[in-house]
Amino acid sequence: MIRAWLTQHWFVFFLTLKRVFSTPVTSLLSVIVMGIALSLPAGIYVLMENLRSISGETASSPQMSLFLKLDAKKEDIERIKQRLEEDSQIVSFQFVSKDVALHQLQQSNGLTDITASLVRNPLPDAFIVHALKNTPEILEQLRMTMQKWPEIEQVQFDSAWVERLNALLKLGRFVVLMLATLLSVAIIAIMFNTIRLQILTKRDEIEISKLIGATDSFIRRPFLYFGTIQGLAGGVTAWSIIAFAIETMNKELVELAQLYNFDLHLQHLSPEDSISLLLFSAWLGWLGARISVASHLWQIEPR
Amino acid sequence: MIHFKNVSKRYPDGYVALNNIDLTVESGEMVFVTGHSGAGKSTLLKLIAAIERPTSGTITISGQNIAQLKPGAIPYLRRKIGFIFQDHKLLFDRNVFDNVLLPLQIGSFDNKAVAGRVRAALDKVGLLKKEKSLPITLSGGERQRLCIARAVVHRPSILIADEPTGNLDVEYARDIMAMFKSFYQVGVTVLIATHDASLLENTQHRILSLKQGKLAA
Repeated sequence: MIRAWLTQHWFVFFLTLKRVFSTPVTSLLSVIVMGIALSLPAGIYVLMENLRSISGETASSPQMSLFLKLDAKKEDIERIKQRLEEDSQIVSFQFVSKDVALHQLQQSNGLTDITASLVRNPLPDAFIVHALKNTPEILEQLRMTMQKWPEIEQVQFDSAWVERLNALLKLGRFVVLMLATLLSVAIIAIMFNTIRLQILTKRDEIEISKLIGATDSFIRRPFLYFGTIQGLAGGVTAWSIIAFAIETMNKELVELAQLYNFDLHLQHLSPEDSISLLLFSAWLGWLGARISVASHLWQIEPR
Repeated sequence: MIHFKNVSKRYPDGYVALNNIDLTVESGEMVFVTGHSGAGKSTLLKLIAAIERPTSGTITISGQNIAQLKPGAIPYLRRKIGFIFQDHKLLFDRNVFDNVLLPLQIGSFDNKAVAGRVRAALDKVGLLKKEKSLPITLSGGERQRLCIARAVVHRPSILIADEPTGNLDVEYARDIMAMFKSFYQVGVTVLIATHDASLLENTQHRILSLKQGKLAA
């Protein structure tokens, strides 16, 4: 019994493959359309994942800048160093003297004229502090403590841009979700129509099969296989489009990264995400076929 | 085996095809249904395979009430029946072999035995040499025989034929009637609708004659 059932599924699977390849241009076109539609949200998702991992690397130890008062003496600096060393919340810190800061400023492009015209160094001494933990509460607490030290003029978070980036990523995720929803509906509609046309051309076969005693699931099966196989092929196409785009972009990025002395290259979809993409696209194809079959098969009743 | 009780069939346009029919066909019996075209012969046969549903009355086949069969159960009823349609209903995009194969695919038979069964059925109707041909290349008599092969390949207990000798020469018609007789002889219940009076001369089988939707004595 189970063997007969398996044989039947194998048979339908090969029959469906034959159908797909019997109209190669039509099949190819609808697979490409589905692939492009899927590659849009999936591609944006990949870019966002990359952006997130870059921001995650930089923001893993959040930075704070302590600016000392302009008249701070050597003893003041030593005292702060000692306090920072004693604080368990702080991983590491780095002292940037006003002379070093001015030197760095002079090195920056376009600012040479301005720095040359300065009578005296307007920059304060500073510490760059790395905190142990990333949570906003702890950072805020640290800031409050350090702000109270008499030698400190100002404490500045350097994590503001990370927060902005996170907000942007959140917006991006929303855009991906919306795009994915809309394009999924489009894919279901494409499959609905493809199957509708197939049902019309197979009208005789369906009617005769019903007359001979075919169950509804027997008649449905090849159409559902067709939808699933085409959906899966659409997913593979989307995956390939993204892989190709990332490969091309990485070549361009190498140059850019060299200019900034920064290791920058995009990652492809993770294996888990790839499998999710394929399963989801197959499911979309199946769903479109299922809806189409449900709304058209009952119209074909033998007389 | 087949019982009709007070069965009427009225089509949606108001046409009454069958009017209060009572009849019984025993298991293993061979019965002819005659009458002019429009007398309700086709409707009677279609009711047995649940292709049409009666407006009123009960139809039982092997104790099962066909009139109240759920849609999901209809396929299993039809698998017990071999139906030879008036308009053949062959699939013109596949060859003779594949046409006969269809009922076996539907009934999920074991794949190994299937080809042998198809050839046995084709052999019985004399089409074994044409298994690769497309139905479009067959003559009228050959198409009729192909229909018979498809109707018997899954070994149904009931065989129903609607005008099986419709447009055939007398000689072809006689061949086909001989085939039905051979199925009857191995115990199959056979119902044949025909308006061809020459088929019914000196037959010892029961003849039901329909007249305007009613059974004449």
